Amino acid sequence: MSVLTRTTTGTRSTTGLPVRPGTVAAGGFVALVLVAAMAPELLTGDTPTRIDLPNALAAPSWQHPFGTDEAGRDLLTRVIHGTRLSLGIGLAATGVSMVLAIVLGATAALAGGVVDAVINRILEVTFAFPSLLAALLIVAVYGPSVTTSIVAVGVGSMPGYARMVRGQVLAVKEAGYIESAQALGHGPWTVFRRHLLPNAMRPLVAVATLGIGQSIVWASSLAFLGLGVPPPSPEWGALLDSGRNHITTSWWLAILPGLVIVLFAIAVTSLGRTLQLRLEGATR
Amino acid sequence: MKAPVVRRFGTKLASAVLVLLVAASITFFVQLLLPGDRATVILNVRNGRDQEWPPEEIAAVNAQFGFDRPLLLQYLDYLTGLLRGDLGTSYTEFRPVTDVIGAQLVPSVILTLGALAVAWVIAVTVTVLTVQRGRFLGGLGASLEAFTASLPHYWVGMLLLVAFAVKIPIFPVIGGDGPAGTVLPVLTLAIPLSGFLGQVLREEFHKVLDQPFITTARTRGMSDAAVRLRHALRHAVLPGITLSGWALGALVSGSVIVENIYGRPGIGQVLVTAVNNRDIPTVAGTVLVVAAVYVVANLLVDLAYTLVDPRLRLS
Repeated sequence: MSVLTRTTTGTRSTTGLPVRPGTVAAGGFVALVLVAAMAPELLTGDTPTRIDLPNALAAPSWQHPFGTDEAGRDLLTRVIHGTRLSLGIGLAATGVSMVLAIVLGATAALAGGVVDAVINRILEVTFAFPSLLAALLIVAVYGPSVTTSIVAVGVGSMPGYARMVRGQVLAVKEAGYIESAQALGHGPWTVFRRHLLPNAMRPLVAVATLGIGQSIVWASSLAFLGLGVPPPSPEWGALLDSGRNHITTSWWLAILPGLVIVLFAIAVTSLGRTLQLRLEGATR
Repeated sequence: MKAPVVRRFGTKLASAVLVLLVAASITFFVQLLLPGDRATVILNVRNGRDQEWPPEEIAAVNAQFGFDRPLLLQYLDYLTGLLRGDLGTSYTEFRPVTDVIGAQLVPSVILTLGALAVAWVIAVTVTVLTVQRGRFLGGLGASLEAFTASLPHYWVGMLLLVAFAVKIPIFPVIGGDGPAGTVLPVLTLAIPLSGFLGQVLREEFHKVLDQPFITTARTRGMSDAAVRLRHALRHAVLPGITLSGWALGALVSGSVIVENIYGRPGIGQVLVTAVNNRDIPTVAGTVLVVAAVYVVANLLVDLAYTLVDPRLRLS
């Protein structure tokens, strides 16, 4: 029974190994987004704040591929210029949740006993708070801002990662090379830093990549509710927030920035999955 | 054979109570994190100002909410209040949080359960029809699931709104909680979840269809449809049930967004309004209610699991 299941998963992960066209497309889109974040002026000659009232709320056309908003500003230009902040929030939030997860998860796995039990209970409790609700609780206390969004999204998505880190560290702890490192007389801190952490972290690299897409989606969800980055900013979520006011007349204002977020999330997820399969292959 | 089930459920129950106790403690202490003096914040929120208040007004608010009492007493009060079904008093609406949430719970429950049911129907249909039906159909089903699973609720919601309420006006734009206004919200919540569920079901289906008992059933002359529906589906459903308990959290998060898009009454609307007004007791109370529902639902899922899977009754 176990042999059968193993062969099926085995063949399925190896078919993922050759570079597929989907992976190339995903990589291309992510590269484009990175360029937009680092040097938006390379992708558009326009400025995101140029007002052109006669052309307000124009539908998508060759001149304005994403249409224009209520002040006649070119939406595509605004999306491109909003990339840096959106991506920054996504990366920072993923960083926050990863650091929290490593501290909690590794402590639980290494300390064991009572500490492990207590941390596990705490994680169980945090699972009972749905991510968006935990984030809303934090926004309610500190008020909406970029920093609050980062912390709220980071804390909201931490529990899943923490449980994963704990499992990884537990698995790696039993490995033969850890035992031999200890037998060679290396101190616990050296073993942790040089052997345990790098090996436990490897599968998490892929999970963190998947997490960036999710973080951007959650942060934009907060902004969509009017509780994230406030509208004059061209941040992706803020564009959704101001665009939805015109949803019945000018659909493109909210749908197209949303599409960019969706495509980015899908591209990042697909890259993360490919990475996951490769890393799994490397450990096998 | 009965005793292990009872004992297993007993431990689960005890741990659920513990989780709720810690959750309540978190929602209590979060309320203390509010930057600045709480009485000042309350007075500012109520009057829409940002100023210092005379000591006698501060003292009055402190007395009303019991902020002048020792912290430990406030904490114990909060916990015993919870047992009586008292979630505290709203900073802005001058009434118990239970009243503020009250009737709003029903439309949210309808939305969430409706979405869970619809998601199951979509996921099971797509899986049964496409798993191991050749590369094209199988690939199509898998891609569809991966795609829908990564769609944010706000985007699905706006897309359906533009398509079926604005361009082709079948459903109302602002639906309220009537039957016609419930269709699009339920679909919006169900579509991403059906992707997640479908991925899990597909994986299990793949494993199960390779099992010896499936081959046995086929050699007995059982038709393919019967094999899929009577044997494979029963096994594949198990991880789906576990996922449904987990999905409740995601569904609640999603319903906040969905209620906001369609202007539908529910606890999501209560939450967003309360967050905007910095009405922390209402936010904390709502979050705690959701956490309690989540814990109870997962307890039930666990029980259902024990009933569906006979192997668990023995160990």
